[in-house]
Amino acid sequence: MLNQLTISELTARLATRQCSAREAMQACLERVARVDGRVKAFLSYDAADALARAEAADKAIAAGANFKQRPLLGVPIAVKDVLCVKNHPCNCGSKILDKFISPYDATVIERLKAAGAIVFGRLNMDEFAMGSSTENSAFFTTLNPWDTTRIPGGSSGGSAAAVAADEAIATLGSDTGGSIRQPAALCGVVGLKPTYGRVSRYGLVAFASSLDQVGPFTKDVRDAATMLGVISGLDPRDSTSVPEPVPNYAAALNGGIKGVKLGLPREYMIGGLDAEVKLAVDSAVQQLQKLGAQLMEISLPHTDYAGATYYIIAPAEASANLARFDGIRYGLRVDGAGPIELYGNTRGAGFGAEVKRRIILGTYVLSSGYYDAYYLRAQKVRTLIRQDFLKAFEKVDAIVTPTTPTAAFKAGEKSGDPLEMYLSDIFTVAANVAGICGISVPCGFTRSPRLPIGLQLLGKPFGEETILQIAHAYEQNTGWHKEKPPLP
Amino acid sequence: MPTTGFDVKYVAHLARIELTPEEERKLAAQLGNILGYIEKLKELDVSQVEPTAHAVPMLNVTRPDEVRPGLSNEQALRNAPSRAGGLFMVPKIVE
Repeated sequence: MLNQLTISELTARLATRQCSAREAMQACLERVARVDGRVKAFLSYDAADALARAEAADKAIAAGANFKQRPLLGVPIAVKDVLCVKNHPCNCGSKILDKFISPYDATVIERLKAAGAIVFGRLNMDEFAMGSSTENSAFFTTLNPWDTTRIPGGSSGGSAAAVAADEAIATLGSDTGGSIRQPAALCGVVGLKPTYGRVSRYGLVAFASSLDQVGPFTKDVRDAATMLGVISGLDPRDSTSVPEPVPNYAAALNGGIKGVKLGLPREYMIGGLDAEVKLAVDSAVQQLQKLGAQLMEISLPHTDYAGATYYIIAPAEASANLARFDGIRYGLRVDGAGPIELYGNTRGAGFGAEVKRRIILGTYVLSSGYYDAYYLRAQKVRTLIRQDFLKAFEKVDAIVTPTTPTAAFKAGEKSGDPLEMYLSDIFTVAANVAGICGISVPCGFTRSPRLPIGLQLLGKPFGEETILQIAHAYEQNTGWHKEKPPLP
Repeated sequence: MPTTGFDVKYVAHLARIELTPEEERKLAAQLGNILGYIEKLKELDVSQVEPTAHAVPMLNVTRPDEVRPGLSNEQALRNAPSRAGGLFMVPKIVE
């Protein structure tokens, strides 16, 4: 089944003409047709466009195109509905964008296309990437391929579920407080959040500009390295992208991890940590030690403040970023007596409950008289959180934690209580606040029901090579990433 | 609960979001809880700490001041909810 292959397996077959890109694309489309009624990962896809692009890839392969230069040639890749794909809709899981059609490609989409990928569908998400379950999507809730009574995580839940269900070879998502790593953990796939500045945000609809990064969901660590290599690098259209050279991530994977120093932060062993998750992470840590890693306990003393810092900074930035959805230049318009009423009516009708909650919270923490008490204070605590990490990275090469405190929860279980939902990101938000990189890899399952568990590795700023290498070494010695959900 | 001074109706107006009375009631309660949670930061002494706006601070990123191609008028107006004569149509602003 071609849709089950990894990027490296598929491109190897394409290069030796064992299959065509059209066949691979067709296999993914058939899989979507068979299972997506239950998983509901896709908001839309254009099968005719996808097959035409696959045929173009086959022609390029026949003409001798080089997989070294175009490492994703003929590979079907779907993307989160927060990335602009030229001449395709973009809704960000919201009603407010209405019939919006992107006039240009996001930089990451341009780069995927330049690398030969077939970008073929839009994946469901929490509205404007605000949420941890996809239950905040204005369209529908995506379900976890391992248990379709449960959520896939969020906000990039569609991106994680599509890879877990083999509906795409790989996908892109975005991570503002854990929105790649958390759903990757809950769906049993690999998810990578790059260092802030590593990947261009041009064409990524902004949620919290100082925290957002685009990153891949893949079936193994090698594919994550390949995808990261394609999407990384300086972009003159994003002034926060960094002129740091892009290493050959995939080539760095083969070394062992003997002598690599891993930090275990004592603050992450909290009360709310599920016993089965703890067991799986402990045994992953032992496995890493067997592979030659040196373990040491470290302290990240301000861990307990990361959530509160995040829930000031992210809504504050969102309240400014989402001001553009005003019913004037694009998207929904609900008329009113004057412009102020038009804005209020449009935004009142177009935004869902969580987005309203965060915009109002963000507006409040930035408002006159409260700015210093909330926003400025949060920015100062942000400094302390970042310093905790930088200090720890003087002693260790990477930090190991669980990705989430529990496995996937039931749909509806937390949707009534926003604060409880926020706490499912407790292990992932700090990396965004500090601007460092992180990856989640499968590290086991709960017993009954059988649900995936994720191991998180956090790395230094621009230390993606190191965490990929550690994750790869771990994966090579375990079989977790090869397990498939029971989805006929 | 630190809701003193938190007037949902007023802040929603600042944010240009029209709320139903039911939404106002619900949001006031939920935001009260969330504000209680973020009050935690007041435990820390940050008087000697510099704020971080961006994790990777880069200053003065500039480009040459040259004309470059952008969206055409047609492309820019393609998604407009209301348009006429190559312009966005908006409600009357000045009497």
